[in-house]
Amino acid sequence: MGAIGQNEILFLAQGLKWTLLLSIIGFVGGGVFGLGIALARTSERSALRKTAAGYISVFQGTPLLMQLFVVYYGIALLGVSIEAWMAVAIAFTLHASAFLGEIWRGGIQAIPKGQTEAANALGLHYLSRMKDVVLPQAFKVSLPATIGFLVQLIKGTSLAAIVGFIELARAGQIVSNQTYRPLLIFGIVGAIYFTICWPLSLYGARLENRMAKAAR
Amino acid sequence: MLHAADTQSPLLSMEAVDKWYGAFHALKNINLTVRKGEKIVLCGPSGSGKSTLIRCINALEKIEKGTIMVEGTKLDDSGKSIDAVRREVGMVFQSFNLFPHMTILENCTLAPMRVRGTGKAEAEKIARKYLERVRILDQADKFPAQLSGGQQQRVAIARALCMEPKAMLFDEPTSALDPEMVKEVLDTMIGLARDGMTMICVTHEMGFARQVADRVIFMASGEIIEEAPPETFFRNPSHPRTQAFLGEILAHH
Repeated sequence: MGAIGQNEILFLAQGLKWTLLLSIIGFVGGGVFGLGIALARTSERSALRKTAAGYISVFQGTPLLMQLFVVYYGIALLGVSIEAWMAVAIAFTLHASAFLGEIWRGGIQAIPKGQTEAANALGLHYLSRMKDVVLPQAFKVSLPATIGFLVQLIKGTSLAAIVGFIELARAGQIVSNQTYRPLLIFGIVGAIYFTICWPLSLYGARLENRMAKAAR
Repeated sequence: MLHAADTQSPLLSMEAVDKWYGAFHALKNINLTVRKGEKIVLCGPSGSGKSTLIRCINALEKIEKGTIMVEGTKLDDSGKSIDAVRREVGMVFQSFNLFPHMTILENCTLAPMRVRGTGKAEAEKIARKYLERVRILDQADKFPAQLSGGQQQRVAIARALCMEPKAMLFDEPTSALDPEMVKEVLDTMIGLARDGMTMICVTHEMGFARQVADRVIFMASGEIIEEAPPETFFRNPSHPRTQAFLGEILAHH
């Protein structure tokens, strides 16, 4: 059995850095495109609604693992060479935008029709109606589900290992193979994931509780 | 009568308006002219089309046939005509529909800033003026949920007034209120009427109709059945359906 020294810990820390970066890229990219998806999904134009619905079905109906493969090898097949992390970032962005889009679609539709009518009666246009009136309320309603998805996304970044990306889980595997102490290493890796995800889950649950109380 | 209505060209007119919801004929051949400063009360049994009628005026509902003119603008499908009409016509809803995530003041400044391009300071000045007028200025920094129903509805009136509309539509403004709060909202509306605002009110408050209306219009099954000044309307309703309706609601009041 090998000892766990500074090098091993540093290697895990490198992995953690990529896990966090991937999560942030996926969440931010997914947030931007997801907003577009949510708006298209609630649009008055049926072509937009249907396109967005199709997009959501595809990404919700296939495994993230497969999405990673398709983007990683698919882009290479197109003759464009990009780095692994770029491909992974694109795949996570597409994946997250479908899920966030659907979550926020629900939030938008949960806002009473009277809000849109009042905004219309005041002469507000689509942009202001959405930006000032509907979306701030919709995001608030969707916040617990959004945080829940973020937690899924953080854990989901471990799948990036499959295309050769060394994030936290893969880094753990490598260190474990070198030191022959899988239980300890994966214990540490698991503890790191837990330390990130659990406070988020807790925060989400608390928010949900508070909203349930406010609605009573 | 509080204010003699102007005899000039109409502020608002509906000509041969028909509306369907699928197979349901919601409005049948509606003809209505409202002059500047006139106060109209619309009443009738539920489902008679009175709310639908006023919601057509500011294009919250689309009409299938006929013409609606507001201040010389013919309402059609173009965003331009809808914008023009909504700038001139304010609306107050049964369920207030204040924006719950904004303060009272923000509720009132949003539309002037976004639609008219008014600066923030100026918009706030206007908002304070109208909040003062509905006697709720001291609540300006609170959120809607912190106010009573009557207070919320008065804010909703102020919010509409901040756009300085030429006419106001009221869609059963007191129906969602507890009885003790009806008066404060009606008093606000009476004040508005005294100041010469053109008003179309869907309401069952017959005391308000008597006191304020220039004309009372009775609707049933999507049609205008009877139209008369309040004295005539309440004393000598000519149509049997009006008589039956008045008999019913006055018995309860």
